[in-house]
Amino acid sequence: MSNRAKAFLFSTVLAAGVQFGGLGFAFAQDTLNNVSYDPTRELYREYSEHFAKVWKEKTGKDVVVSNSHGGSGAQVRAVVEGLPADVVTFPLEGDILAIEKAGLIDAGWQAEFPAASSPYTSTIVFLVRGGNPKGIKDWNDLVKEGVQVITPNPKTSGGARWNYLAAWAYELEQTGGDQEKAKEFVAALYRNVPVLDTGARGSTNTFVQNKVGDVLIAWENEALLSLKEFGAGEYEIVVPSLSILAEVKVAIVDKNVDAKGTRELAKAFLDELYSAESQKIFARNFYRPLYPDRVDPADLKSFPEVKLITIGDVFGGWEKAQPEHFGDGGVFDQIYSKD
Amino acid sequence: MARIRFRQPSILPGFGLTFGFTIFYLSLIVLIPILGLFVKTFELDWASFERIVTGPRFLAALRLSFGASLLAALFNVVIGTLIAWVLVRYRFFARRFVDAIIDLPFALPTAVAGIALTSLYVPQGWFGRLFAPYGITIAYTPVGIWIALVFIGLPFVVRTVQPVLEDFNREVEEAAATLGAPRRTTIARVILPPLLPAILTGFSLSFARAVGEYGSVIFIAGNIPRQTEILPLLIVFRLEEREYAAAAAIATVMLLVSFLILLAVNLIQTWSTRRFGHV
Repeated sequence: MSNRAKAFLFSTVLAAGVQFGGLGFAFAQDTLNNVSYDPTRELYREYSEHFAKVWKEKTGKDVVVSNSHGGSGAQVRAVVEGLPADVVTFPLEGDILAIEKAGLIDAGWQAEFPAASSPYTSTIVFLVRGGNPKGIKDWNDLVKEGVQVITPNPKTSGGARWNYLAAWAYELEQTGGDQEKAKEFVAALYRNVPVLDTGARGSTNTFVQNKVGDVLIAWENEALLSLKEFGAGEYEIVVPSLSILAEVKVAIVDKNVDAKGTRELAKAFLDELYSAESQKIFARNFYRPLYPDRVDPADLKSFPEVKLITIGDVFGGWEKAQPEHFGDGGVFDQIYSKD
Repeated sequence: MARIRFRQPSILPGFGLTFGFTIFYLSLIVLIPILGLFVKTFELDWASFERIVTGPRFLAALRLSFGASLLAALFNVVIGTLIAWVLVRYRFFARRFVDAIIDLPFALPTAVAGIALTSLYVPQGWFGRLFAPYGITIAYTPVGIWIALVFIGLPFVVRTVQPVLEDFNREVEEAAATLGAPRRTTIARVILPPLLPAILTGFSLSFARAVGEYGSVIFIAGNIPRQTEILPLLIVFRLEEREYAAAAAIATVMLLVSFLILLAVNLIQTWSTRRFGHV
C-alpha cells in the first residue's frame, strides 16, 4: 500500500471515529421538538436557552430544543402527518383540537396546565403610519372609504382569525348583538384590504417594508416588535376601544412522547412556561404574561388597558367559530362571494 | 404482416434492461403520484366534485391562472427568442456573463424572487413609483402575477432556442440573401420556421411551470378572492382545511386543462416539424 493510500485510509477511519463518537455524544443528550407558529421565533429561541439551563440544574443533563416555525395551518398539518413533535405551542385552540382529532393528543389537554393551558396571551391592535395621517382610532375607522387595511388571510393564517373575530365582536357590541350587521361590517372591512398575505409576518412586511396600506391589524407583540425595530415616529400603535383576548395554547403530543419516552421532559418544558423567569421572557418579547405580578413593572408598560372579550364568551369557543366562520363555505368565504 | 409488433427490430443491445428500468422509474416518480391524485379525487361524489369545479371563485382563479400563464409564456416566446438570437449571433463584451444571468430565475428560491419583485413593484417601490402617479398599480393585481410568471419562465425559452440557433447553417441565410430575399423574408421564411419546434417547446415549458407556480406568485398576487387569487392557492386552502379530496379535485382539473393545452402545442409542433423538417 502506498503512503498516500495509507494516509487516506487513516483519515477515513479517523473521520468515521469522530462521527460515531459524535453520535454517541448526541444520544447522551435529551432532545425535544417544539412545533410552533410563525412569529414566535425570537420568543422560543430565548425560552429554549432558559429551559436548557433549568433542565441542566434539575437533572444534570443537557437538552437540545429544536423549535420549528411556520404558518400554523401548515405546522398543524405537518404534525398530523407525522412530524415528531413532543410539544406544540399554537396561536389558537382550534389548531390543537385538529391534532386531538387526529388522535395524537388525548382529550382534556386543556386541563393539563394552568389557565386552560394558556401560559401567555396577546391581543389585537392597529399599527398606523407615523402621525396617524388617516386619523384611525377604532374599528369603525377601518371600514371608511379610502382607508387601506392590511391583514393576513384567515384561511391560511391562524393568528389572523383573531383579527377577524375582534372586528366582528366590535360590531356586535355596537349594534347590541346583530349578527347580520356584524357580517356586513366585516365584509366592508375586507373590501378595504388590497392584499391578503398568507401569514402574519407576510402582512407585517407588506405594511412595513413595502409601505402598502394605512393600517395593519396585528397581534400586539408583532406591532410592538415593529415599533422596536423601526423606532417610534415611523409607526404608532392605536389601541381600539374593544379587542379580543388572543389565547395561545400549549400541549404535549401524547402519542409522540409515549413512543419516544420524552413525556417527563415535555411536561417540564411546558411547566417551566409558568415560572416567574419565563413570564419575564414573555413580557420582554411583548406577549402579555399570565402572571403580571411576577414580571418587572417596567416590562408591563407596553401593554395598555383594553377591554378584552374572549372567544368563549362571544363566539361559543373554537369548536363552533372555526367551521362557522372559516370553514369551506363559511362566513369568510361568503363575504367574498357577494358582488 | 398484420401483427403489430411491440418492439421494432434494432441492432442496439440492451433494450430489455433499459426499457424495464425506464418504465419502473417513470411509474415510481411520475405515474404513481398522479394516479394517487386521481384516486383521491374519486373519494368525492359527483355532486361535491361539481360544486368545487363550477364555483365562481374556482372559475375566476382558473381563468386567472391559465390566462396569466398563457400571456406570460407568449411574452417569453418573443423576448426569449430575441435574447437567444443576441447571445448566439453577436459577440460582445461580457457575453458569458449575460448568458449566466439567464439562469438566475432557475437558481433563485421562488419565495425570494417573489419578495424581491413585490418590493420593486409596490407603489413605493423602485418601479412601482414610476407608475403610481398615473394611477397604475402593478403589485397585487393580475399584472403583478404576470410579471412574476414572465420572470420564472424566461430561461425555458432562451435555453431551448439557443442550442438550435447555434447549430444553424449560416450558409442557408447567406444563400437567401444572394438569391435576393429581403431581410424580413429571410427571417420569416428561413430562420423562424426551423426554430418553431424549439420555440414551442420553450413555450410549453414556460407555460407549464407558470401554471403550477406558487412560491413567487403568492407574494405579488393580492390573493383577493375572485380578483387576484390563483388556483394553487385554492389548493393550499383545501390542504389547510385537511380536505385532501377537494384539493386533489382542483389539482386534477388543473392537470387536465394543462394536458389539453400541452397536447395542442405538441400537435402543432409535430405538424411544424413535418412541414419544415427536423433541425
